[in-house]
Amino acid sequence: MTRLVGRRLLSSIPVLFGILLATFAIARLLPGDACEAALQERADPQTCEDFNRRNGFDQPILTQFGDYLGDVFTGDLGDSVRFRRPVMDLLVERLPVTLQLSAAALLLAVVVGVPLGVIAGYRQNSKTDVATIVGANVGVSIPVFVLGLVLQYLFAKELADTPFGLPPSGQLTAGTIPEPFYDAWGLEKNTVFDFVANFDLLNAVLIWRWDVFVDAAQHLVLPALALSTIPMAVITRMTRSSLLDVLGLDYVRTARAKGLRERVVVVRHALRNSLLPVVTVLGLSLGTLIGGAILTETIFNLTGVGKTLFDAIQGRDYFVVQGFTLMVAVVFVIINLLTDILYTFLDPKVRVS
Amino acid sequence: MAVEEIPLAEQHPTAELGPTVQAQRGLWRDALRETLRRRSARVGVAVLGLLVFLAVFAPVLAPYGEREVLIESEGLRPRTEPCIHVSVDWVPDVVVLRQVESFLESNGFSCPSAEPQHLMGLDGNGRDVFSRVLFGARVSLLAGVVAVSFAVVIGTALGLVAGFFGGWLDNVLMRVMDVFLAFPALLLAIAIVTARGPGLFNAIIAVSVVTIPVYARVVRSRAISVREQDFVAADRALGVSELRILTHRVLPNSLTPLVVQGTLGIATAVLELAALSFVGLGGDPDQAEWGRMLALERNQIFTSPHLVLYPGVMIMLNVLAFNLIGDGLRDALDPRLHR
Repeated sequence: MTRLVGRRLLSSIPVLFGILLATFAIARLLPGDACEAALQERADPQTCEDFNRRNGFDQPILTQFGDYLGDVFTGDLGDSVRFRRPVMDLLVERLPVTLQLSAAALLLAVVVGVPLGVIAGYRQNSKTDVATIVGANVGVSIPVFVLGLVLQYLFAKELADTPFGLPPSGQLTAGTIPEPFYDAWGLEKNTVFDFVANFDLLNAVLIWRWDVFVDAAQHLVLPALALSTIPMAVITRMTRSSLLDVLGLDYVRTARAKGLRERVVVVRHALRNSLLPVVTVLGLSLGTLIGGAILTETIFNLTGVGKTLFDAIQGRDYFVVQGFTLMVAVVFVIINLLTDILYTFLDPKVRVS
Repeated sequence: MAVEEIPLAEQHPTAELGPTVQAQRGLWRDALRETLRRRSARVGVAVLGLLVFLAVFAPVLAPYGEREVLIESEGLRPRTEPCIHVSVDWVPDVVVLRQVESFLESNGFSCPSAEPQHLMGLDGNGRDVFSRVLFGARVSLLAGVVAVSFAVVIGTALGLVAGFFGGWLDNVLMRVMDVFLAFPALLLAIAIVTARGPGLFNAIIAVSVVTIPVYARVVRSRAISVREQDFVAADRALGVSELRILTHRVLPNSLTPLVVQGTLGIATAVLELAALSFVGLGGDPDQAEWGRMLALERNQIFTSPHLVLYPGVMIMLNVLAFNLIGDGLRDALDPRLHR
């Protein structure tokens, strides 16, 4: 067990190094001059030379890579050329937006997907089953941005004057600037507190402002819904097919023969085992979620990791591209690692072999 | 029936290549029949057939050109809503005709008969959306298929080499693939297109490169299992060259998962291409590409939802078709699913 986890940890080291190399390469391969992109009309040879020297762009490429490695290990991701702020600060400010969005989407996907999959699998070939399969097929086929726009139209225009009306974009109603919880609690501001305070929902709870919480939640519903359809459909299908596999096994027949109530057989015996593959799917969904977040955040005007990254790539903001892709990839590797480890805990068969 | 032939080919490895090839052909014919027995796969084939029909006959079916601007010639405003005329030729029954007309009117699809007909309205530049949607089928279908074909070829080559020869080469190649897979596909694709400059061709390359690891992994795992089979050992004993083993033993045995993965991959590729177009990295704004059409008008969602809806539905149909066919193929070719 420990050896398995250890081996898995070791094997992610070369991948992490590859990621470092790749993020550096991606940022440098973007065509166009960082100086011109950053300074625009103010760019002339003299200022550009200063600019390049200040940012280390005049060094040989290998030296730049070496500096980059050194900086990353000391937690310094450089400064954004465009915002003139440390990339770390931007991450602290914007990562929570994306994490909150992804978490809400995943939660929605699990809460809706698993029960739907169970019902569909249990009543195979019933009308509910067919409807679920059709729904899931359509769900994986709708592009995130189409669904996002359609949701905006439905909830912010057609239903705007009904109780179902929802705001089409943004994180909070314009003008609402909730107090960060550390101020309310009279604590000293630090990076960790700042990071936590940028989760709008969490911060609203911490400062005990119900109205702010509702406002933030209302703004979150549509983007989370748009982002959740693909994982939701995948989870529904996975739960359904894996429940179908398990329901045919001998131990389920034994449980029934024992005279257990059907509910107990399905929920406690069959479902538990059929959720194993679903865990894997959850881990894998994360990549789709972050890709989808780029689109969702653009449509719903959320300043999260996806939108920042997209803007940074377009604007040649090297250090932001590097820092943010690095963070995304590292999060991805960690999640995969956790999924694998979780899997070994959940499935004794993996542990033995 | 279809599936019993896979083990058959593997159980009689010493047979000449002839029977193996024949078994393969039978396998595919059976697989196709098995696939088409599923209702969902039939729906997929029907939708795909419709899209291919639209793509092939777009110049004949489309009332206007792909890039034809109509405002000046017809005196219409840009973003005119859909306008459908029902004529007595289509609906001979007068009662039904009235019903259809009142239905269209109550849903805002009707217009004075003096105005020219535009089934899906006009876009912001005064172009006929229906015609552009038809021409868009060409771009979307072709781009998806080309992107996946390229990825399959490169991925297969890498997977064969890695899986068959193993050792450090396998290790290096697969770690590189791991690095690729550690980035969200769309993010990597955006970076690649930005590096090479926006455009449809570069978007196809980007989407393709991003999915290479998927195919490489599929082929590699097959290659590893085939490498250990007795019939490969027999080939070696008979002095068959490594290259021939690769092309005649390993490759045919990797085809099944490749076909399934590839069909599903087209669906993903279409989605990603549309997403790239949506963020402005796909074809040029004039090109009738669904993602791009949608992106151009996305700020008009509240005033002219039809401009977003029609291209959006087309993208969805295209993705849906390949997903349904891919699922059907997987079920038909997967022996474990037969009860």
